[in-house]
Amino acid sequence: MRNFFQRQGKFRPRHTEDQGGDQNIPEDLWVKCPQCGELIYSRELDRNAHVCPKCGHHFRLRARQRIDLLADPGTFVEWDTALRPDDPLQFVDGQGPYNEKILKTQQKTGESEALITGECLVDGRQLVLVVADFNFLGASMGSVWGEKMSRAVERAIERHLPVLTVNASGGARMHEGLFSLMQMAKTVASFELLGKARLPHFSLLVDPCYGGVTASYATIADVILAEPGAKIGFAGQRVIEQAIKQKLPKEFQTAEFMLEHGTIDLIVGRQELKQKIATLIDLYCPSASVMTRSDHQADTIPVAGNPSQDTQDMPVAVTGDSADE
Amino acid sequence: MSEIPTTNPETAVSIEDPETGVPASAVLTPMERVRLARDTHRPHTLDYIRELFTDFIELHGDRSFGDDRALIGGVASFRGRSVMILGHQPGTNTHENLERNFGMPRPEGYRKARRLMEHAEKFGFPLITFIDTPAADPGVGSEERGQGTAIAESLLAMIGLRVPIVCVVIGQGGSGGALAISIGDRLLMLENAIYAVAPPEACAAILWKDASKAEEAAATMRITANDIAGFGIIDEVIAEPVPAHEAPRETIRAVGERIATHLDDLIAGLGEGDLAAVDAMLKARYERFRGIGVWHEI
Repeated sequence: MRNFFQRQGKFRPRHTEDQGGDQNIPEDLWVKCPQCGELIYSRELDRNAHVCPKCGHHFRLRARQRIDLLADPGTFVEWDTALRPDDPLQFVDGQGPYNEKILKTQQKTGESEALITGECLVDGRQLVLVVADFNFLGASMGSVWGEKMSRAVERAIERHLPVLTVNASGGARMHEGLFSLMQMAKTVASFELLGKARLPHFSLLVDPCYGGVTASYATIADVILAEPGAKIGFAGQRVIEQAIKQKLPKEFQTAEFMLEHGTIDLIVGRQELKQKIATLIDLYCPSASVMTRSDHQADTIPVAGNPSQDTQDMPVAVTGDSADE
Repeated sequence: MSEIPTTNPETAVSIEDPETGVPASAVLTPMERVRLARDTHRPHTLDYIRELFTDFIELHGDRSFGDDRALIGGVASFRGRSVMILGHQPGTNTHENLERNFGMPRPEGYRKARRLMEHAEKFGFPLITFIDTPAADPGVGSEERGQGTAIAESLLAMIGLRVPIVCVVIGQGGSGGALAISIGDRLLMLENAIYAVAPPEACAAILWKDASKAEEAAATMRITANDIAGFGIIDEVIAEPVPAHEAPRETIRAVGERIATHLDDLIAGLGEGDLAAVDAMLKARYERFRGIGVWHEI
């Protein structure tokens, strides 16, 4: 009789924890918003960029979903897909060897690592796009992450392109020990070069972003954006609660909290994100929408009369429909 | 703090086992080294400053919020040369530990560090850092004031700092809190110091779901100086024939000798200090970190 009160069959709410884990989600499923409790038809959620139509809660996204939302259709070219993690410590924990964990995670997620790098167009503007996938071992930063990042930044410098990093992370990857910690230094070193080349780094912090990523390249970006409600911090909430022996308030370490404390530049809702990024590229790097590789060759030598970035045609202003999904 | 005691032959660990001839230090387990690294009587930054430097003037404050007592810094003379010193400073008793937050810096500590780095650059002072922290402070106030950002900005400042930097891990190299002041041209470690991405207890709690598996985690994590030297991440392991807390003065002097050698070497490389030589030093520093990582391509 107790079962009578529970939702049955297709009306049973899909819990957010399952999100992304199950590959065979029937189309007619309903999703319960963890913030307001609203039941949302999953297709409607897809159409709404995975933002709750009632309360605006931003659901977590897989990296590929983020790329689809940001990049013009068919323009994303992925880089360094052959890079795979090694097991320098021969690490074995309570759940078994790291090697096996990687293979299982690769099968489960369909990704080879937690970071995806590449280039794309955003409303016609060129951009180096770097996106973390939280489903891959909690988007933990290890050697492959650092190497992909460094290579992506080097290509950005070579081609004179701006960089957008979309950062979620549970912290450094413990299985790779000190190598993981050192990726903080490595990524910061690469972005130092990007800065010297006077190219902008835009960093978008999404839920959840913690640990070594928060304490390295993600927070030294030129413009730091965050999604509404995203949890962002250095130390995890459990660690802090253990240290202070009390519960933390709900708003602690949210994007809004970060904005209030002066740690980030702006909060951008997912529906406005693409347009905002396009505007940022126009402001900081107008050349990115028109420059091709052959232009770049000429541009590296500053010659008088060289048609440099600002004399070329400006891209068509962002039109109203550009950011609509 | 009191005058540094000299070695007490009664309590000192013998250099080698009289029967087997194996050095005592070679048979320590990783967790035993963790305990040595954490020993409150192990010499800390201020002990090194007193013994190795003259005319130390501590410089305080981040100029915007406060003065962190867990990360100290100042100018001093090292063998006739003005240098900037930065280091973590835990306490030796409960009272001092509360004052110094157990050597866990808050954001204002890292912001002070960055200020003093820039100060060193302005006056051409080489930078010497002593790393000895369990972690960066994980508190509410630290989060409010941007702990992550403060660490990241310290990393960024060190990568591009136009003076030679020598870093020594003298005790606990605790994760990002340690890394924040250990980006340099040379990274040295005392034999019984550790350098880890997370404390073994935390790693055990996360990956074994059982904090009591710290012993196992410590072994698997490869956090000892010799392990890390094997990875090519550090330049040199400074031997502790007797654990540092048993022979503080000898240990400090050995560290001083190695700092001097590396610093002389770096300064010789700069010649007259022309821009190109500094650029070459920065390029080598960049390459050093750019090259860290283990992966393969299929």
